[in-house]
Formats: sequence, structure tokens, C-alpha cells
Amino acid sequence: MTDLDYLALIAGMGLVTYLPRWIPIFFLARRKPPQILVEWLDLIPAAILSALLAPALFTSGAPRQFDVTSPELLTALPTFLVAIITRSLGGTVLAGMVFYWLIDKLV
Amino acid sequence: MKAAWPICLGYIPIGLALGVLAQKAGLTPLEIGMMSVFVFAGSAQFIAVSMLSSGIAAVSIILTTFVVNLRHLLMSSSLAVYFTGENRLKLTLFAYGITDESFAVNLARLREQSPDRPWDLNRSIALNQTANLVWIISTVAGGYGGQFIPEKAFGIDYALIAMFICLLIYQLRARIHIATALITGLFALILSLILPGNGYILPASVLGATIGLILKRRIEKEAA
Repeated sequence: MTDLDYLALIAGMGLVTYLPRWIPIFFLARRKPPQILVEWLDLIPAAILSALLAPALFTSGAPRQFDVTSPELLTALPTFLVAIITRSLGGTVLAGMVFYWLIDKLV
Repeated sequence: MKAAWPICLGYIPIGLALGVLAQKAGLTPLEIGMMSVFVFAGSAQFIAVSMLSSGIAAVSIILTTFVVNLRHLLMSSSLAVYFTGENRLKLTLFAYGITDESFAVNLARLREQSPDRPWDLNRSIALNQTANLVWIISTVAGGYGGQFIPEKAFGIDYALIAMFICLLIYQLRARIHIATALITGLFALILSLILPGNGYILPASVLGATIGLILKRRIEKEAA
């Protein structure tokens, strides 16, 4: 692959990555979207975060396998508690790291 | 940029790991850094690097990148609600830095903004660019020899999962959000066992939020 080929590749990757990030915010922010869309978008963050987390906690390996014994899931239990009690992002991140490190040492 | 540190902490090990892989795939640190500038999307970059090392055609790599990053459509849409009537140049700059992580932190900050916890588009852009800078530096550093950094140091690999856990807790404001999260989590889990990579995020989220909305409307109708 020549330098020019590589530049073309990352320019293409950049374009197809940028457009989905740019189009909705650029056009939706012009005026208030319809009520049903607002209500749907209100549920999207909870949905995305749950979609990001569930496979990270309940699967392991590549290709992924269902797994309820991973250190990630074990660590998640006290980490959820810290998040619910403290509601502190920084505190939860630090606590999660310490729990993960301890569980890795102990289990 | 205090709000950005959990993201930065999470990006460092991932960025280093990507840099190491990219170097093994034959990319120079400059090429790695340029990819991080042009693309700034962790999972797509990992996939691109592994496709490059198996000699797959550029068109396939670009198409795969497109599919993997389509999920940002949803994140960009959710954020748009908070930026009605904002400067379009700023929105164009902000859009560049929308990632899973920056989306989640900015959204939580925008929702909970108050006089003593202000948050706006300028701060969101600053957060995105801070995370972007750390990402670029980490991936380049990885290309220079990130293999010397021990794995699993100080539980740093858990930083992003812990961050998502707390941000999810922030989002569970009513029973409908809890129901939506549970439904979506189940879909994501099932789809993640079938689909490769992170292709499960977009369909699971769309399906989960749509069912959540139907449920919500039905409950409201019964109550009325």
C-alpha cells in the first residue's frame, strides 16, 4: 500500500464516520423535533448504555460466548452499588478499577 | 477539563493496545496518528487495522467502518435536542468528536446542568477535543512501543465499563427507563452472540427504545 493509497483509505473511513455523526445534529438542531421523536430519543441513552454494557458483562471470549462467571460481571455488582449510592462518576470509575484489580488478584 | 478524565483514563489502555496492533500490522506511528485524527472511532480502527494486516481491499474496510459507526446516528440525534438553534459551525466541529463515551458523558452533563454545574456546547466541544487528543497521543505512543506497558495495570481496563455503569444509573430516571434498559440489554446480549464486532449496538438500541416507547404510550393510555 502506497502513502497515497493509505491517505485515500483513511479519508474514506473518516468521511463515512463523520457523516452519521454530523447529519442528525446539524439538521435536527434547527428546530424542535416532533414530540414522538423527542420521547423516543429520551429512551435512547438508557438503551445505548445498556446495549454497550450487557455484552461486556455477560459474554466473554472471541467469538463471544454467554458467560456469567467473568470478572467483569463480578466487578459490576459492587460497582453498580457505588454508582447508585454515590452517583459520582469519578468515584464509580475509581471504585470499579480497584474492584477489578482486587478481583483479578484474588480470584 | 475535569469532566473528561474518566474517558481519558479509559482511552489510554485501548489507544496503546491499538497502537501496538497497528505497528504489528506494518503502520508507522505517523500513519497510526493520522488514522486517529481522520477517524477517531476506537472499534472501527481496531477492525481496520486487523483487516489491513490480512490484506483486505480498502473499499471493504471503508464499508465496514461505515456500518460499525452508523450507531453514531442515534447519539447525534439524542444530543441534537439540547442544541436547538446553536451555531452550525460549532455543531459541525462538535460532531467530529461524538463517540460512545463522549456522547454518554456530555448527555449526562447537559441533562443535569444547573447554575452551579453549568454545561453547554462549548464545554461539550472542549470535552470531545480533550478525549480526542488523549486518543491520538495514546495510539501513537502504542505504535512507538506500548508493548512495554504491563497488561491489567491497576484495573485500568475496567475504567470505561465502570463509567458506562454510572452513566446508565444516571439515565434510569423512571420505571420506563429501567424497562427500556432491561429490554435493550437482553436484545444486545442475544444479538452480540450472533453478530460479529459491535454490530449489535444499533439494532438493539433502536428495537429496545421503540418497544419502550410503545410500552410508555400504552401505560399512559390506560391511565387516561
